[in-house]
Amino acid sequence: MTGVWVYSTDFSLYGELLTKADELAEKLGAGTAALLIGRDVRENADSLARMADKVYLLDRPELGWFEAGVYAEIIYRLAQQHEPDLIIVDSSRRGKELSARLATKLKAGCIPDCLRLDVEQGRVVADRMVYGGRAISTQACKTPAVVAVAPHAFEEKKLRKAGELVEVDVDVPSPAVRLVETRTKEVSGAALEEAEIVIAGGRGIEKREDLKLLHELAEVLNGEVGCTRPLAEDRGWFTDWIGLSGHKIKPNLYIAVGISGAIQHVAGIRDAKIIVSINTDEEAPINQVSDYIINADLYEVVPALIDAIKRRLGR
Amino acid sequence: MPRVLVCIKHSLNVAELSVDRETGRVVTAGAPRKMSDFDRNAVEEALKLREAGWEAVVITVGDEEAKMALREALAMGVDSAYHITGDELKDLDTLATSYLLAKAAEKLKPDLILCGEASIDSFTGLVGPRIAEWLQIPHIAYVRSLKVEGAEVIAERSLEDRIEVVRAEMPALITVTREINEPRIPSIMAIMKASKKEIVRWSAGDLGVSTEELERLRAVGVLEVRAPMMKRKGVVIEGESVQEIVEKLVDALVQEGVLP
Ligand SMILES: Cc1cc2nc3c(=O)[nH]c(=O)nc-3n(C[C@H](O)[C@H](O)[C@H](O)COP(=O)(O)OP(=O)(O)OC[C@H]3O[C@@H](n4cnc5c(N)ncnc54)[C@H](O)[C@@H]3O)c2cc1C
Ligand SMILES: Nc1ncnc2c1ncn2[C@@H]1O[C@H](COP(=O)(O)O)[C@@H](O)[C@H]1O
Repeated sequence: MTGVWVYSTDFSLYGELLTKADELAEKLGAGTAALLIGRDVRENADSLARMADKVYLLDRPELGWFEAGVYAEIIYRLAQQHEPDLIIVDSSRRGKELSARLATKLKAGCIPDCLRLDVEQGRVVADRMVYGGRAISTQACKTPAVVAVAPHAFEEKKLRKAGELVEVDVDVPSPAVRLVETRTKEVSGAALEEAEIVIAGGRGIEKREDLKLLHELAEVLNGEVGCTRPLAEDRGWFTDWIGLSGHKIKPNLYIAVGISGAIQHVAGIRDAKIIVSINTDEEAPINQVSDYIINADLYEVVPALIDAIKRRLGR
Repeated sequence: MPRVLVCIKHSLNVAELSVDRETGRVVTAGAPRKMSDFDRNAVEEALKLREAGWEAVVITVGDEEAKMALREALAMGVDSAYHITGDELKDLDTLATSYLLAKAAEKLKPDLILCGEASIDSFTGLVGPRIAEWLQIPHIAYVRSLKVEGAEVIAERSLEDRIEVVRAEMPALITVTREINEPRIPSIMAIMKASKKEIVRWSAGDLGVSTEELERLRAVGVLEVRAPMMKRKGVVIEGESVQEIVEKLVDALVQEGVLP
């Protein structure tokens, strides 16, 4: 039996990934399966069974920590038995590592960060961003294939299945990489993807304390605060960032504060409805992709903007 | 002497790509190229090991021009450079590219392999972990700090929601982020000296990879590349005072229906 499989490192993404899997499986005349692998994951089996024709469950105490090599080996062994045409994984950092190792075991092609996914004439066809976000590439891959799908690229629909729960029996390989220590990052930008209004800061913000300007603006607008990669990875002021290697967002309003607009950053805001830029440099590339441009010092503009909005909204 | 092998890609310089206004296509023929940014960080990390007594080697799969990236790494200070090249190697996907690099690694027997987190033009991040899989060795991806302790490598990696400190026995493969270090800029003298150094050239055949095998490993093909046009209004808001400017902005945003 062939089919379309879904494994996600983030449980909340199964709905959208299985919705897509179901559509593709229908075209292939095959079924879908959700892979539920980990420690204490059994409780989620019922909800997955409503979304997939099969749920392959492996619930083991050794699987408390995600090591890509181990998960790739487990899924590979299942794939050898059941020969799926397509395995869909979420395009997180963990998901991509897993896809790379799994696809190599299968000697299969892999397309990560898919924004569109389809099957045409028995091939998997997907769109992904290339050239730092400057272009969209449509790629075709023979089956079996592994793809990693960007979060929220597809809409979740209600699936009404009564999938069969299959307990699988696979020896869990011992991990070649061992965990020494793990720290949760404090803030999470997960809310960015859903936010209607996003205010983001770049290196134009001089000091960490100055971030309160962004937070105040976000508060009066009921929005979320995000940033460019250097503010997160170099300065450590945030845990995650917006752009090609970070969150891809689609708010109604995006306000770029002290951001130059490098293409890798712009790759994350393409789908914003309105983009406003506040930048002292008239030549900043962000201006070329903005709807409204204010060429002035953010330290003057942002406080004034907060006041103006407060007055306007009577807050 | 322990050996570190760095995989580097001579990528399209994406910041300088131009779009053909008529066709909406990105002009790639003859477009400017450079060593992929994260790979330069990988080279820098290898040079740090070199200062601790390691031998540092770089390798690339690419056309004639890709030698430029190898020369740059030589100028930065690596010991030797390998160029996997040939007409049959055009438009390889990550499956075939990683296979060739793994085959080369089997010959070079490095203790550690370093790759970038992703290449600036294709940005898949697949090639590194794929090489590790071919070689059946552990990989640690998205590494922002790295330390060798005896026969083990200890790395701190950055995921979306957490930082993990992990360890693995060598040989192992590491993919580095930009934050791991500040790559050195070679001096003019070093660049001149590097231009005379020998670069070892390998064909797929030299690595024991046949044309048929390469064909079988061609899994992904590109059907089309297009540049989405961002249609933006580009209205510059001006005024006598900051107050006037922000008032105008608020008006515009209300008009657009994005502010309540
Ligand atoms: C492969 C790759 C992937 C990457 N991925 C990402 C990504 O996902 N996301 C991302 O953001 N970056 C990413 N980057 C980095 C990216 O290339 C840029 O370096 C980064 O986006 C620049 O951040 P910035 O705009 O904050 O800083 P800068 O480029 O330094 O811009 C700061 C801006 O602030 C303005 N400014 C300064 N002072 C003021 C003031 N008082 N008032 C108003 N304006 C002021 C300046 O004019 C300038 O335009 C990536 C890079 C690579 C190579
Ligand atoms: N053609 C190549 N030659 C050598 N190394 C490569 C090549 N392509 C990719 N790599 C390595 O794999 C990493 C990830 O590339 P990619 O999978 O294209 O995002 C790069 O940073 C390089 O270290």
